[in-house]
Amino acid sequence: MLKCNTVCKRFAPLVRASSTVCRQNVRRAGLNNVRTPTCVPVARMSTEPLGGGGDNLKYALLVGAAFVGSLTYAVVTLKGDHQRSVKRMEDISTRLQKSTLHIQSAPPALSKPKPEAAPSAEQSSPPPEAAAPDAETTGKPSADSTSPSHKLPSHTPYLLIGGGTASFAAARSIRARDPGAKVLIVTDEPDLPYMRPPLSKELWFSDDPSVTETLRFKQWNGKERSIYFQPPSFYINPEDLDSAENGGVAVLTSKKVVHMDVRGNKVKLDDDTEISYDKCLIATGGIPRSLQVLERSGEEVMKRTTLFRKIEDFKSLDKVSRSVNSITIIGGGFLGSELACALGRKSTESGLEVVQMFPEKGNMGKVLPEYLSNWTTEKVKKEGVKIISEALVKSVACKDDKLEIQLKDGRLVRTDHIVAAVGLEPNVDLAKSAGLEVDSDFGGYRVNAELQARSNIWVAGDAACFYDIRLGRRRVEHHDHAVVSGRLAGENMTGASKPYWHQSMFWSDLGPDVGYEAIGIVDSSLPTVGVFAKATAKDTPKAATEKSGTGIRSESETEDTATSPVASATPAPAVEHKDDYGKGVIFYLRDKVVVGIILWNVFNRMPIARKIIKDGEEHADLNEVAKLFNIHED
Amino acid sequence: MLLFLSASGKDRIIFVTKEDHEAPSNAELIADDPNDPYEDPGLILPNGDINWNCPCLGGMASGPCGSQFKEAFSCFHYSKEEIKGSECIDQFRSMQKCMQKFPDLYPQEEDKESTSQTEPSPVSDSADKTKSSFY
Repeated sequence: MLKCNTVCKRFAPLVRASSTVCRQNVRRAGLNNVRTPTCVPVARMSTEPLGGGGDNLKYALLVGAAFVGSLTYAVVTLKGDHQRSVKRMEDISTRLQKSTLHIQSAPPALSKPKPEAAPSAEQSSPPPEAAAPDAETTGKPSADSTSPSHKLPSHTPYLLIGGGTASFAAARSIRARDPGAKVLIVTDEPDLPYMRPPLSKELWFSDDPSVTETLRFKQWNGKERSIYFQPPSFYINPEDLDSAENGGVAVLTSKKVVHMDVRGNKVKLDDDTEISYDKCLIATGGIPRSLQVLERSGEEVMKRTTLFRKIEDFKSLDKVSRSVNSITIIGGGFLGSELACALGRKSTESGLEVVQMFPEKGNMGKVLPEYLSNWTTEKVKKEGVKIISEALVKSVACKDDKLEIQLKDGRLVRTDHIVAAVGLEPNVDLAKSAGLEVDSDFGGYRVNAELQARSNIWVAGDAACFYDIRLGRRRVEHHDHAVVSGRLAGENMTGASKPYWHQSMFWSDLGPDVGYEAIGIVDSSLPTVGVFAKATAKDTPKAATEKSGTGIRSESETEDTATSPVASATPAPAVEHKDDYGKGVIFYLRDKVVVGIILWNVFNRMPIARKIIKDGEEHADLNEVAKLFNIHED
Repeated sequence: MLLFLSASGKDRIIFVTKEDHEAPSNAELIADDPNDPYEDPGLILPNGDINWNCPCLGGMASGPCGSQFKEAFSCFHYSKEEIKGSECIDQFRSMQKCMQKFPDLYPQEEDKESTSQTEPSPVSDSADKTKSSFY
């Protein structure tokens, strides 16, 4: 048919010219019921004069054209049928595989051996692989629906892989900008999207004995809230996503995306469901790093080890902390120090021994300049934590139900349980199938300044190695970054083309004396300038800094910025000052430009810090910049 | 003002009194461009439209009652009546009807502009204690 059309179009002028003649001919040939003159122009190409001979030829050509046309039609139909039948076969086999998987993964109570045929009515005989008996799988016990996949959407306009902070922020952003948007979140966790910071902070300070169930905490302003971003009523069921009039956000829990087909714009889940998408966000976060020594130490050790990240880790660690005598945290960064302080606080009531060990000299050694790291370590000790610094773990063994941690310098630590907080491994499982680039310096998927990896694919959160226009290529593992990048990805998925510009911040609280907020690149290997508030001109913090063991060498009392070092320091009498490093601001410099700022126990000043980073200017006197923060006020 | 240098020479520490910081700063900051397309625009976009993605709105524009909220708030925003929004009663009513269906998302005693569980940050999400005020 199509062939005829194209042919006819080309011969349209001829048709018009010869239409009257055609009609006459047709009548003459007695072919009143034959096809319309549309195909006749082919006949008109003949230069033979009209007449008897011409008629025969016309007839022959007409039949020929009809034959060709019907042949074409037949081929097309058959091809379509073939495709349909192939797809049918695929559908049936996947459904069978799914039902076998259901049987294998369904709890024993549900599966009943029944020599039934496969669930689909069309299939007459089950393929050899599905020899396992088919069971009537009722809905999964959990509230979340994982009913037969043919009810799940096979296509979603917005697919978000991963159900964490970045994903939720993107879902919010998409819904705000695209009215009626249908967003599907697929997560391998059994929980709806929740925020992580309270898992190592606020939840541990709660007085509520049922906190592990409610997962509610008190915010800084006194108001209580859940760690879940939204209650279940906010979301719609995945099955209802297609038909939802105003769209919505649906969360598919306990499902993992195992394969991504970028050219076909679709993904495959671990139960072989395929979902196609228009726009996709990868927000897969990461998994906690383990230590090789732990992995090598065998099952008895691993049984007594927690890699802390998720809600289930919080619940199990809470339980452990009530039943053991000693917990050792390996790692001196944010997570390790926060958990140490949280457990340390509890230890005063329960008599729990809390040990924290790390290779650096002090807590947050990779973030804070040495003097501040040392000061912080003393504060962490006051929270009841036994600190073992400059500790490298050589081996771990389980003896008489106790763990023995052998350090490289010979020290031995005996404990009941280990919490490893040694970093995050970004989850780039989909890189291979999707053909996405992984960054070799920072890990994670490599994306551009607009967080895009490839057409229709964006990455946000912990897993994104992105280009920060101001600070260069980086990967950030903080909560606010997940929110900011998730929101930006959502914006760009709905048509904006905005680069990462609004600088995210982060914070940490380590007990009552140490609370700070930070922004930008905060790496202790960079040169820093710290400006701290002193109560009166008479105070001498020198003693306190000496006491903290930094070996400060030079000192000058002047308005100018003196830089000349002086003779070796002599220890001054130890004097305790309450406000040493009590509050202040610390600038991190790269090529004389401020690339990171820590607000040390000063709050509500983040906008100024953000502005300074954004400007990216060289400032001759950072004390003048520090004035902008009004550190002496509250 | 006291100045110190760390042992490695890498880190400088300055202790300042209130008097040290009394004089206004001479640090120069670059003037902000109000039309910078990269900047987060706040509640109102440069062209006068509402920025539905503003963190200050919490989840109002993106939740199940998002479309009703948007209609009501848009009507209010563009209203030129003497009593602003007086012609938007129907939209607000339908928004309220929707919100009543989700009591745990939209606490019933709160007003139309406040959010359910999250505190809206009045200006931007960079305010200090927004660390717990997530959206």
